[in-house]
Amino acid sequence: MVTALVDAREAAERVVDPEMPMLTLADLGVLRGVETAGDGTVVVTLTPTYSGCPALEAMRDDLRAALQDAGYDAVEVRTTFSPPWSTDWISDEGRRKLAEAGVAPPHRIGPKAAGAPIPLTLAPPSQTVPCPQCGAADTEEVSRFGPTACTALRRCRSCAEPFEHVKEI
Amino acid sequence: MDHTDPHDENVYDALATADEDGRWAFGTGFDAGDAEITAPSPEGVDRADLATYCLMLADDALIASQRLAGWTTKAPELEEEVALANIALDLLGQARVLLSRAGHLGAAEPYRVGPQDDEDVLTYFRDDRAFRNVTLAEADLGDFGRTVAWVLVFSAWRLALMQRLTGSRDPVLAAVAGKAVKELTYHRDYAAQWVLRLGDGTELSHARMQAGLDGVWPHVEELFLAHDVERRLVEAGVAVDPAELRGDVDAVVAQVLPAATLTRPETPAVGLVGGRGGRDGVHTEALGGVLALMQSLARAHPEATW
Repeated sequence: MVTALVDAREAAERVVDPEMPMLTLADLGVLRGVETAGDGTVVVTLTPTYSGCPALEAMRDDLRAALQDAGYDAVEVRTTFSPPWSTDWISDEGRRKLAEAGVAPPHRIGPKAAGAPIPLTLAPPSQTVPCPQCGAADTEEVSRFGPTACTALRRCRSCAEPFEHVKEI
Repeated sequence: MDHTDPHDENVYDALATADEDGRWAFGTGFDAGDAEITAPSPEGVDRADLATYCLMLADDALIASQRLAGWTTKAPELEEEVALANIALDLLGQARVLLSRAGHLGAAEPYRVGPQDDEDVLTYFRDDRAFRNVTLAEADLGDFGRTVAWVLVFSAWRLALMQRLTGSRDPVLAAVAGKAVKELTYHRDYAAQWVLRLGDGTELSHARMQAGLDGVWPHVEELFLAHDVERRLVEAGVAVDPAELRGDVDAVVAQVLPAATLTRPETPAVGLVGGRGGRDGVHTEALGGVLALMQSLARAHPEATW
């Protein structure tokens, strides 16, 4: 066959996240690998953002559909949990797109010290999350748990607009 | 589609029109984490023991999740309803991977009645005596104060457990633990904030928070008791010794309770029956109600597919 196929990796990377569709799966950092097996099957490896993330099923369907549109009929989508996804894996491009869409991107948290008990902090978090609408630093958390597993709800005290924040994990 | 100005373009519109079938039909044909679940049990580790241990950790999360889901449509505020449902969803996610792992190791076969996946067989077709969760997971959540006390204790304990389990020789347990640590950390934060607010709030909220804590406390002692399966798997480098977790849980309790002006309860522990507890399948009366709600539909229509 001489049909020029879109590169499988490119096709997979362009699929958007079903809950935050301003991001592609590549921006979100959940795409662990796109490989073509010996028999031509495209094997895509995904990692979920949260253990119970219901979007994983939609991502599988969308990946299969996108790859089939690109000319790959045999597609296998695998999931892996290790190493666990972190918001640090959201690309710079992804962070820019989140902010443009009015969603505050997560701070970078860096690697955590292994072994020691994770401290419980009773005081409100000290890091500021600037308002993605007006840029003011004076914002407050309304709820740690937002409309999707990975976002929190915040409100700007300056422009009074509510907004979502991709919370750091 | 032109995405040059995202403020003029509702990116969510694309979802409604992209393709009609398959979307948002969650809960169908999930085979969680196939990359890890099918890994063989580590060398020298008894397969049945490993399956049982996976069930223990899965059932803790599954039953806790079912309990928390009971708040949906009934929580005091929409935000809290979303929060409790989110916590339940994280726990359900942890349970599903562990159930699938237990199923891969053979745990589902005695209960199979139809075409279901292992995780559904283990969830819907086991009787109460086959559930291995600690009795805290099945305990009545009572009012919102008792619920946040329950979430605080449960998540502090499970976080301490999962943190240690990241070093397990079993790749699935280690992988589940790595994700669970992140989730449980913010479950614990959420609960601690509410315990603080209600405990150090009004006279009424303080009294109800203390009563909630007192109600949860009888189930705490069991969290630190090791079952024979756990003991053998600790030797094999797979499991965590529950006795090791007491220090971490005590530290959280010692940090939160004084700040919330609450007193550490002295209510007596729920007794084991002939030395046997939840880990042996010996449960409190509460589990029956949880299972009835969770299982009755699937049992009435065992051949249904969804």
